[in-house]
Amino acid sequence: MGHRAARPRRGRLRDGGGHLTLPITPSQTVGPFLAICLPWPDGPFVVPEGTPGAIAITGRVLDVAGDPVPDALVETWQADERSGFDHPDDPRGAATPATAGFRGFGRCPTDAAGEYRIVTLRPGPLPCPAGGTEAPHLDVSVFARGLLDRVVTRIYFPDETEANAADPVLAAIAEPARRQTLVAGAVPGGPPGTFRFDIRLRGERETVFFDV
Amino acid sequence: MTADTHGAANHGAARYDAGGDGLALPRYPRPVGVHPPLDSPEYRSTQLRAPRQPLVPLPHWLTEVTGPLLGAERVTAADADLTTRHAGEPIGERIIVTGRVLDSDGRPVPDTLIEIWQANAAGRYAHQVDDHLAPLDPNFDGAGRCLTDSQGRYRFVTIKPGAYPWRNHLNAWRPAHIHFSLFGRAFTQRLVTQMYFPGDSLFAQDPIFSSVPDPKARERMIARFDLDLTVPDWALGFEWDIVLRGRGAAVFETEEDT
Repeated sequence: MGHRAARPRRGRLRDGGGHLTLPITPSQTVGPFLAICLPWPDGPFVVPEGTPGAIAITGRVLDVAGDPVPDALVETWQADERSGFDHPDDPRGAATPATAGFRGFGRCPTDAAGEYRIVTLRPGPLPCPAGGTEAPHLDVSVFARGLLDRVVTRIYFPDETEANAADPVLAAIAEPARRQTLVAGAVPGGPPGTFRFDIRLRGERETVFFDV
Repeated sequence: MTADTHGAANHGAARYDAGGDGLALPRYPRPVGVHPPLDSPEYRSTQLRAPRQPLVPLPHWLTEVTGPLLGAERVTAADADLTTRHAGEPIGERIIVTGRVLDSDGRPVPDTLIEIWQANAAGRYAHQVDDHLAPLDPNFDGAGRCLTDSQGRYRFVTIKPGAYPWRNHLNAWRPAHIHFSLFGRAFTQRLVTQMYFPGDSLFAQDPIFSSVPDPKARERMIARFDLDLTVPDWALGFEWDIVLRGRGAAVFETEEDT
């Protein structure tokens, strides 16, 4: 980084090259006992169960041996079905959720079999700042003992073939097999609107994780 | 503290980087060398669970610059006092833990949910998986939550957690710590960390504390004892500020462009 002009300016940052003025607090693992605090009774329900149009995403969190991770926490964040966020930093304007009770955020601890379940609505597609469109997706954070920082992934939908093909985040992942780890599966024989998304933390068919 | 004045000057004045297509989004520069490497072999469970593949950079677009703004409906005032929620008082040293949540631009993070959990004074968690041979305390469950105020301040009353053994290596002990979970205002800012106590002899042998590569960054996880926060005849006071990622680049570029 080059040396910045010596003339002081209002609001000018002080560290001459870097951008940060206060050093941030490091991450640490949630450890094995997150269940005494983080699960909420309504956590898995981004919308109340039974909401018209609701979908369910279930899956397992698995370790390097393919064994279930029974002490993880899965969190999701997403747009509503009209592509809106009820948030002031959305430059299109904060959108009141089109469906009453939609929270955008889901949180579910894994059970003894490593399973989680999120009940939500299908998010709409999103415009990209650089042009183009992001396919419908959920951002996902996974926390667990053995993870010193959360790991971040995305859930895309298997029946959005065209939108997924045009999605710039998916397109940046060169290997098709790796890309495929971000696409949920339909549940064979399951009711419509049910999807499966397993999260393989390490090893064979490892899920793609992002540096956010 | 200069950060306070800087934060006050910028509070509520988010600056945005203008992108194409008319969408101007805040940016959250990626911290370098702050967080522990996921693959930290000294902490054995990482070898079962931490990804091997390199992380793929994720642009900060609409899903990332927004996030859950979880409000007052999740918290009651009683949730911030872990010592008064049961029939009797918990055993242990009563402490006050207070501080501010800021972003790295020095802005306070107001109205943001903080969740904490911890072991009791004997070093035992109120969790069925914890089989440490130390007593449970019927008057302590170890979970608390609060919202920061308009200045980003928070305050908990609790008891000092005990150290406890774990099975990472022979004679491994965790230094006393309190788990903190924070949301900030954007998906990019989500942070779960641990607060430690000053002068703990167990730091050097703890692979979780030591997983943070920069010794200065490790110190930012340690609370400061403060006699002024200490309430005479009642509780020891500790201060701990938490700094989340900020929107430094956006501010920087705007300043340079004007």
